[in-house]
Amino acid sequence: MSSADEAAPGDAVGRSVITVAIRSAADIVAARQEGRALASRFGFDGSDLTVIATAISELARNILEYAKTGEIRLSPAQKGGRNGIMIVARDEGPGIHDVPRAMQDGYTTGRGLGLGLPGVRRLMDDFEIVSQIGKGTTVSVKKWVP
Amino acid sequence: MRVPILKQRDYLIASIQSALSDEDLLQLRDDLVQQVGRYRSRGAIVDVTVLDVMDSFAVRTLRAIAHMIRLRGAETVIVGIQPEVAFAMVQLGLTLEDVATALDLEEGLAYLDQVKKAGAPHV
Amino acid sequence: MNDRKDRERKGNVDSTQPKPESTAALLRELVAHLRENRTQLREEWARRITESKLLTAMTREEIFAEATSVYDNYVEVLETGSVEALQAYARNLSERIIPRGVETHEVLGIVLLLRDVLARSLFKKYQGDFALLNAVLDAYEPAANRIANTVAVGFVQERERIIRQQQEAIRELSTPVLQVRDRLLILPIIGVIDPQRARQLTEQLLRGIRANRAKVVVVDITGVPSVDASVANHLVQTVDASRLMGANVIVTGLSSEIAQTLVTIGVDLGKINAVGDLQGGIEEAERLLGYKVIMTGEAPAVEPPRP
Repeated sequence: MSSADEAAPGDAVGRSVITVAIRSAADIVAARQEGRALASRFGFDGSDLTVIATAISELARNILEYAKTGEIRLSPAQKGGRNGIMIVARDEGPGIHDVPRAMQDGYTTGRGLGLGLPGVRRLMDDFEIVSQIGKGTTVSVKKWVP
Repeated sequence: MRVPILKQRDYLIASIQSALSDEDLLQLRDDLVQQVGRYRSRGAIVDVTVLDVMDSFAVRTLRAIAHMIRLRGAETVIVGIQPEVAFAMVQLGLTLEDVATALDLEEGLAYLDQVKKAGAPHV
Repeated sequence: MNDRKDRERKGNVDSTQPKPESTAALLRELVAHLRENRTQLREEWARRITESKLLTAMTREEIFAEATSVYDNYVEVLETGSVEALQAYARNLSERIIPRGVETHEVLGIVLLLRDVLARSLFKKYQGDFALLNAVLDAYEPAANRIANTVAVGFVQERERIIRQQQEAIRELSTPVLQVRDRLLILPIIGVIDPQRARQLTEQLLRGIRANRAKVVVVDITGVPSVDASVANHLVQTVDASRLMGANVIVTGLSSEIAQTLVTIGVDLGKINAVGDLQGGIEEAERLLGYKVIMTGEAPAVEPPRP
């Protein structure tokens, strides 16, 4: 279920910040469909749309699996004249014990069925994660329009 | 939305028509496995041409389908993975390693025929 | 303006009107003045542009035509002050003039000239009242400078975007995916690959597999001197993604250096079907596809697969 859309300050197009509450499997689909639509409006095409939708799907799944509830927030991003999309996956779950370990990149070690965070980082351009035991986890990723 | 399963000779073809929820995928798994048993099929094809995203759940479930169908003595082929989806999957580290894949329905059927003939895949 | 204050004191002017000193009111007033005198100010601006030898790539008629739309936009942005209008203006201007070969210094130059032409017009109008002139300039200058800044930045960003686009196009052209036989694709890679190019190659290949219904792909990296870990990973991803689409990948020209890189990052070389050189790779591909190569004594003839 998406919350009411808000307009970001100074944003001409209005509804370009979308928050999707993640409470059930159906919300995962909603999140990635909203993400795909928004990314398309921001100027992403074909391959990138799939990559973004897939990343959102994985982030939402992590929330559901490890924290039970949380939210995915989609908004425009800007850096040095480039436009892009920012995805923030936030939950108040148990947190990640060993963040560096969870982030260990090993495509060849096949961690595809775990948290999938290294994979999400590969899919996106910018990646940031903050996690506190007992408080929750926030993953922020950005992708830029080529 | 239930995925329609068609019978073609001694194969079953499941053509996914639209985006699937988690339950739909699990339902497909149960339906396919049940029908492979009922019709004594030699092979099953799952056509994912229409899917624009394949995440870890979809991959897990497809592998489960292939494993369960193999337990019934049949081979599964996943067909129609799109370029963008294949790209995103490998970036995410998702593999269908022990599950056969083919370009499309035609290739999937050709593959199953080969398996039937030779007992082992050619290409 | 002094007589206005007199009139206000005498009660002839409604004092609930905003004081002329307020910025918003001043801006409105000067915008009105700039609109009233647009013809003459535009001409003066166009004249100064030519005098300063800017926009030499354009004819006088073209300069005047551009000057008209730019002038009106400028005044409108002064009036509304909206950020979006400003950025849209900058983008619009850049899109129109970049293809005409206009340089950054010219863009900044003409915008600053316009700012000056308008400023002097304001000097002339309000020179009788120093305090008011100051107030008018206090209203005008920040707005005008913001416009100049936004236009300059917008122009540079648009240029960078175009350059990136052109680089992308060049990359696409420089790596064709070749269909050599039915169901067989060859992707020769030459030169140094950066992660962006690697990604592009993969996308092109995967689309090629679908378009050509390829069952075997030969990726020849003879011409690649070395790869770093990220590109090596990319190569492996390409192999895996191709397989997901039902195609087999044969890698040819794998130098020992690159093989070493792959091993170092933990790639199971057994996953990769590597053949020495391109010719060998094509033969292996044909074998996989069911072709049989017959040596007739001279050149090998290829017998198509039996149905």
